[in-house]
Amino acid sequence: MSNTYYLQSHEYARIDGNIAYVGITKYAAGQLGNVVYVDMPEEGDDVAFGEEFGAIESVKAASDLFSPVTGTVIEPNTALVDNPRLVNEDPEANWIIKVELTEPLNLEELLTEEQYKELIK
Amino acid sequence: MLGTCGVDSLDGLYADVPDGLRLARHYSLPDEMSEKEVRDFFDALGRKNRVMTCFAGAGYYHHYAPSLISAIVSRSEFLTAYTPYQPEISQGTLHYIFEYQSMMSSLTGMDVSNASMYDGTTAAAEAMLMMNASMRKGGRILTSATMNPRTLAVMQTYAHFHGIELEIIPSTASGMTDMALLKSRIAAGGVAGVVVPSPNYYGILEDFSGLSDACHAVKALLAVDSPASALAVIKSAGEWGADIACGDAQSLGMPLSYGGPTLGYLCSTKALMRKMPGRIVGATVDRDGQRVFVLTLQAREQHIRREKATSNICSNQGLMTLYAAVYMSLMGSRGLEEVNRRGIEGAHYLADRLAATGTMTLTYPDSPYLNEFVMTVRPGTDAYLTAAAAQGILGGVKIDGRHVLIAVTEMQTRTDMDRLVAVAASLV
Amino acid sequence: MNRRLYGQLIFELSHPGRKGVKVPDNGVEFAVDIPSALMRETPLDLPEVDEPTVARHYNNLSTNNFGVDTGFYPLGSCTMKYNPKINEEIASHRDFRDLHPLQPSWSVQGALEAYYTLQEALSEVGGMAEFSLNPYAGAQGELTGLFVIKAYHESRRDYARDKVLIPDSAHGTNPASAALAGYKIVEVKSLPDGTVDTDDLLSKLDDTVAAMMMTNPNTVGIFERNIPAIAEAVHGVGALMYYDGANLNPLLGVARPGDMGFDVMHINLHKTFSTPHGGGGPGSGPVGVRDGLQQFLPMPKVVKSAEGSYEVVTDAATSLGSVSHWLGNFAVELRALAYILSLGADGLMEVGKLSTLNANYIKERLKDLYLLPIDGLCKHEMVFDGLADKSTGVTTLNVAKRLLDMGYHAPTIYFPLLFHESLMIEPTETESLETIDAFIDAMRRIAIEAKESPEMVKDAPHDTPISHPDDTAAAISPVTTYRQWLAANEPS
Repeated sequence: MSNTYYLQSHEYARIDGNIAYVGITKYAAGQLGNVVYVDMPEEGDDVAFGEEFGAIESVKAASDLFSPVTGTVIEPNTALVDNPRLVNEDPEANWIIKVELTEPLNLEELLTEEQYKELIK
Repeated sequence: MLGTCGVDSLDGLYADVPDGLRLARHYSLPDEMSEKEVRDFFDALGRKNRVMTCFAGAGYYHHYAPSLISAIVSRSEFLTAYTPYQPEISQGTLHYIFEYQSMMSSLTGMDVSNASMYDGTTAAAEAMLMMNASMRKGGRILTSATMNPRTLAVMQTYAHFHGIELEIIPSTASGMTDMALLKSRIAAGGVAGVVVPSPNYYGILEDFSGLSDACHAVKALLAVDSPASALAVIKSAGEWGADIACGDAQSLGMPLSYGGPTLGYLCSTKALMRKMPGRIVGATVDRDGQRVFVLTLQAREQHIRREKATSNICSNQGLMTLYAAVYMSLMGSRGLEEVNRRGIEGAHYLADRLAATGTMTLTYPDSPYLNEFVMTVRPGTDAYLTAAAAQGILGGVKIDGRHVLIAVTEMQTRTDMDRLVAVAASLV
Repeated sequence: MNRRLYGQLIFELSHPGRKGVKVPDNGVEFAVDIPSALMRETPLDLPEVDEPTVARHYNNLSTNNFGVDTGFYPLGSCTMKYNPKINEEIASHRDFRDLHPLQPSWSVQGALEAYYTLQEALSEVGGMAEFSLNPYAGAQGELTGLFVIKAYHESRRDYARDKVLIPDSAHGTNPASAALAGYKIVEVKSLPDGTVDTDDLLSKLDDTVAAMMMTNPNTVGIFERNIPAIAEAVHGVGALMYYDGANLNPLLGVARPGDMGFDVMHINLHKTFSTPHGGGGPGSGPVGVRDGLQQFLPMPKVVKSAEGSYEVVTDAATSLGSVSHWLGNFAVELRALAYILSLGADGLMEVGKLSTLNANYIKERLKDLYLLPIDGLCKHEMVFDGLADKSTGVTTLNVAKRLLDMGYHAPTIYFPLLFHESLMIEPTETESLETIDAFIDAMRRIAIEAKESPEMVKDAPHDTPISHPDDTAAAISPVTTYRQWLAANEPS
């Protein structure tokens, strides 16, 4: 059983105990093209399931980022500030925010890995 | 051509327009004119205007514009191009905008400049929107009663319809922002940003010591609004520790043109760059390694972000940034400083001589001013302005029945000033 | 256009101590004491250059630019028509150029008459009761129009209307303006032929809708023939109809937005009325309203007295407030008036039809090689969905760049968003048959090249001053000033 869950808007949350690593999927990174900027919240900011927490930009596109989990940001991935291309290189290793969960996962609405794979087929 | 289009008349091209919507008559407009008739028409209209020796300012200043400016801005390659969407055939436009941005960054002491604001009033409104957007949940904007009233009016319009709470801090008896009140309102919290003028509407240079710290302590942003030319001599927004600089750039070589077109400038720190509305040009390299220029940070803009864009701005006030770039190139740092010095010395001379007539006094005698000042006119503003107009002089801008705002630039000679002094002396 | 890049920056021509102009000496020397804490400390670093150097620099720069006076500029939705030079002469007439905006009304009667005359002419062309010329550009005209709509609803204490309906084919400025005016945006779907899906519209109409924003013809260049029914339905729920004047040109002499049921509209003087685009500005975006909405227009406003004199009114309780310093981009307004007077009623009556003829002719002559998703009559512009033959892998971007090699400006690309490979061509009425035929030949040649040597087309442009600028590097680490460029290029 995978420990990663997805939103239809192509964000993933990789769960490790009470911590979630949130980023965008390989599929979304491919669609967006060369990422030039990631707008992310600061440490200590709250994020909520299904709500916007930032935005990601390529040269000629931009999309909002929605949170698959509810919790508090304990670390934004600041490496992306200087090197946003990391998202294209390996979006799964290069998560965008690390969140400490304050509420259980919304398993009713989150997609499993299988369901997500089905979505992007 | 009609045959190729599969129709037998021009009207056939509009077969899809329902009959009821078609204009069944000719426009009720004059008949066509030759160029000569058009010229005659505007000559006649022009004669109904009266161009006067201009001591009016209030945001728009009569400066000398070197002849080369009009020669350059008339070049068809610049004049008849559109926004530089195709960088391969738009290096001219992109290149001069980059130069303009560099010059504005130097003047304001800021990292980044856009090239898109229509004028000073809307630049201040955009600064307000930018500060509001930089707070995730928005916040109040504080400004001062000493701002140009026309700028305040536009800010109020935008704030009302967008749903921003705009609070105007009153002025003191010395014609300055009530700084103690402003700082206490900032400390009260919930403030996204503060917009203050330098010099203010009355020509006065206010002291913003400690203001940026007060703002930053509560995570609010500070914007300073100045006429562009004055930044060559006054403490700049950057030096005050501000996050945003905004204002009108008409003073950089643009004609008065009865109020437009001019150019608004908007500059910010690097931290706010991605919240900046409008077009920004950046340097990069092309395939052959040449240094070239492109529109950059486009993902912020309305054509991509739609309703999530910081602003709806599409303009790239291209031609007006060219006026400014050519003007600043010709003037250089020393020329621009000299222009300001002439205005400042002229204004202080004129204020001194006007006061000596005994019919008027300097309204804010203890407040430092630049090239513009307020006089209290004992016989009344209207009597003064009417008497000046009779001598072909625009004697200033009326503030109210007793107060007039007078501006001096390098354009009014000592003789002009002495004529105005004679007008004041003749008042009873 | 010069095919070699003139790449120097004015800063690189600077020699300390040089000056391009002698500042006028007003003959005053007067000791002034301003506290130094209020004055600038950081030295300015503007370039120091002599006049001939400045002249050559900017003239050389201009040779790397393409304008309407350089060649054909079929940029869809932008109406790049020829800009008559008499208009430039009028705009710089000294009797207008040297007027201060705050001069008393009696001393600017000619300027006010020009403003008023243009206001009336636009009202006639738009079928509106009154125009304000104050908005500085199309986007601001649109925003001001939405302010008018909100002020109207507020005046009726109808505060529940928080939505604006916008077709999904609309330009991004429409939703951006509506959001700026404090509205939520609801998208209305398009039918396969690009027109508004009336059923979808009806399902979204209720008494929380403030307005419907539309262009007609729409962004695909198709006339919305259901417009009377749409207007009736929108008015039926108490909402207003907003007309985005971006596509007004083909309607000149044919139809008027006011007669179609629109309540508020804006006009882009830089499109329909031939004022030059200036590299992106200054423009002018007058906003017009039907009878009954005049009191909401922005201040200041020019009024004409019974005796025929003009006055500027600066405040009125019902007005939405102001959106500009004074009466808008006055010198742009003068140019538009000169254009209207030159063409006269007869000339203006022909503009729309000729622009539509040129567009349909191009469409018919290219539709065998370029994919035309919506066949039938178009108005002033048409949208192709890239090349008809998709097997070559040549995209709309490649076609656009190849056109640059052939001496043309590119059409608008990747807009509207309805198609993947949108290529939007607007010829305008001021192009001759010879110019249009030559352009068609170029487009046909590119289609053949795409088959015969696709790699060459994909690699275009080949014959421009620069090629393939690195947009990604520019956006990741923006270098937007000369000082930043120096810092980034320091020899290490």
